[in-house]
Amino acid sequence: SRSAFASFLFAPLFFQLYEPRVPTPGTERFRCKVHMKSFLGVFRSLPSLEKSVGKCLILLKPRASRLVLQLHCKYGVTKTHNLAFQECEELQAVFDTQRCSSHLCAPARVLAEAVVHFPLTLAEVTLGTGPGGKISLRNYVEDEAEPSKTMVTELWLAEDEFQSVAVSPGSRITFCLKEFRGLLTFAEASNLPLTIHFDEPGRPVVFTLDDTVLEVHLVLATLSNLESDSQPPLTNGVSHLPAPSDDFPDDLESYMVALETSTSEGGPPSPTFPLRTPQPPPSDPEEEDEEDEEGAVPGTPPHKKFRSLFFGSVLTPGGPGLAPTQEVLAEDSDGEC
Amino acid sequence: MRFRAKIVDLACLNHFSRVINTIAKLAKTCTLRLTVWKLYFILSDKVANGGASMWCELCQGNFFDEFQMEGVAAEHNEIYLELVPENLSRALKTAQNAKAVKIKLTNKHCPCLRVAVELPSLSSSSRIVTHDIPVRVIPRRIWNDFREPRVPDFDVSIYLPVLKTMKSVVERMKNLSNFIVIEANLSGEMNLKIETDLVSVTTHFKDLRNPPWVSEDACQSSAQDRDLESMAEARIDIKKLQQLLAGQQVNPTKALCNIVSKRIVHFILLHEDVSLQYFIPALA
Repeated sequence: SRSAFASFLFAPLFFQLYEPRVPTPGTERFRCKVHMKSFLGVFRSLPSLEKSVGKCLILLKPRASRLVLQLHCKYGVTKTHNLAFQECEELQAVFDTQRCSSHLCAPARVLAEAVVHFPLTLAEVTLGTGPGGKISLRNYVEDEAEPSKTMVTELWLAEDEFQSVAVSPGSRITFCLKEFRGLLTFAEASNLPLTIHFDEPGRPVVFTLDDTVLEVHLVLATLSNLESDSQPPLTNGVSHLPAPSDDFPDDLESYMVALETSTSEGGPPSPTFPLRTPQPPPSDPEEEDEEDEEGAVPGTPPHKKFRSLFFGSVLTPGGPGLAPTQEVLAEDSDGEC
Repeated sequence: MRFRAKIVDLACLNHFSRVINTIAKLAKTCTLRLTVWKLYFILSDKVANGGASMWCELCQGNFFDEFQMEGVAAEHNEIYLELVPENLSRALKTAQNAKAVKIKLTNKHCPCLRVAVELPSLSSSSRIVTHDIPVRVIPRRIWNDFREPRVPDFDVSIYLPVLKTMKSVVERMKNLSNFIVIEANLSGEMNLKIETDLVSVTTHFKDLRNPPWVSEDACQSSAQDRDLESMAEARIDIKKLQQLLAGQQVNPTKALCNIVSKRIVHFILLHEDVSLQYFIPALA
């Protein structure tokens, strides 16, 4: 669905031994892909691996089209796994975190403790910036779900819980929580602070973990403005108090009067207050064209609302030449169609 | 019409969460009735519930440190709300080490119960998580639908066996059949039976005691002149029984059931500060 990209870059120093393949002159760097399931199968039970495996050797055998994973275990036991690989094009989402208008950095633990309040089945979450440097997280309610029937959970993180906060206030992005949780699990385990770079709704959000020998990037598409505007407004969008205030109208007197004087026989209708303000039609013709062109890209649930034009297609060799009507958010360096 | 309440004590909070978890297992949607002294979770016997009904009563003073309720009108000082108890259960799930939990009835876009959980955090201010649970306010004219059910004119009343044992028996029986027969007599004997084309299984419990009901106006006569060995039985949906037993996270102080032969089984589970009654109708 082209709405997410992750990369884990290990520097040679991460490894005890690193012998790169000497490339044949005139050829490009070697790139291949293997089945995730096969690869993960080799490292299935981490606790038992830690007890029994002394070292792990990773070898590329290009002529046999095999990636060899060899586990050297205790008592002279060696387990060799030969995984078939496929050569493939380079897949690299091009993004520039410098161009993002907002940056947040926090220990992974803080964010992990925040997302625990959302159910595991929740698909998308909205991150927002509020007054006083506070950062909010809220579950995203899909348009199809009835707003008067869905529970809304929201929490606020204080500025001092972050290692750095450089955000434009009043900004809000919605992205896939499931993928974010995955990265958080890794970040917590490796005890690395997590940096979030984001911009306007619709532009991808970039999560990075930095270490001396490891560089991790997770890039997720975000909901564009047209859809995210239909959400109930953030509770403290206009409030002066940073914490959820107590002055919400809790007197339902007028509501009760309306209820009691309702003339319908079978009881009052469910109290649904219209939450959506009528949306002006998208005035930007470019955006409309893109939505039509991409059409229904089969994939994970958020696809139809997220900007699926994540990887631009490169038609002319020798560089990213783009058709003028396309707006590409993150270009790739080769065509991967 | 206003409602605000606050729980500060962790033990009270855990206890309240457990009650809500039990209710959530029994009903997808139910009615919450708020009065000055008590809270009630009510499920009335509609066809949609398979005819089962529930009445759960708590004394608010045993759970809440603060409790303010202003009902619909002075002479009807109560509030009836329809809600999904699973939402409340989820909101309280991650509040286990909270400093305080506040519940408030609000009407921002639509009536909601706002649960605000104040959690300890390393920053200078506490972490506050709010959950807005949508509710439907039930108008006064249909409050009559939610009256306390009467204790039926039962044939046999008997204390239940240890719930854990009963639960594991019922869970295994559930794999074999959709219906279960509960039968009991006034000699402290109870049988749980299932019967299918291939197999019939009966589990026998004895030496359970029979509660001594004090008849208010000699209306329990059907039980008084009864042959002590004679079994009263009812065939009920096994899933409902399993849900009731699965929802019991703590052993009740008293657990008993009243059987009206071939009509209904009335379960009563009493804890120190919570009472739960569950009615399962008998099927043909």
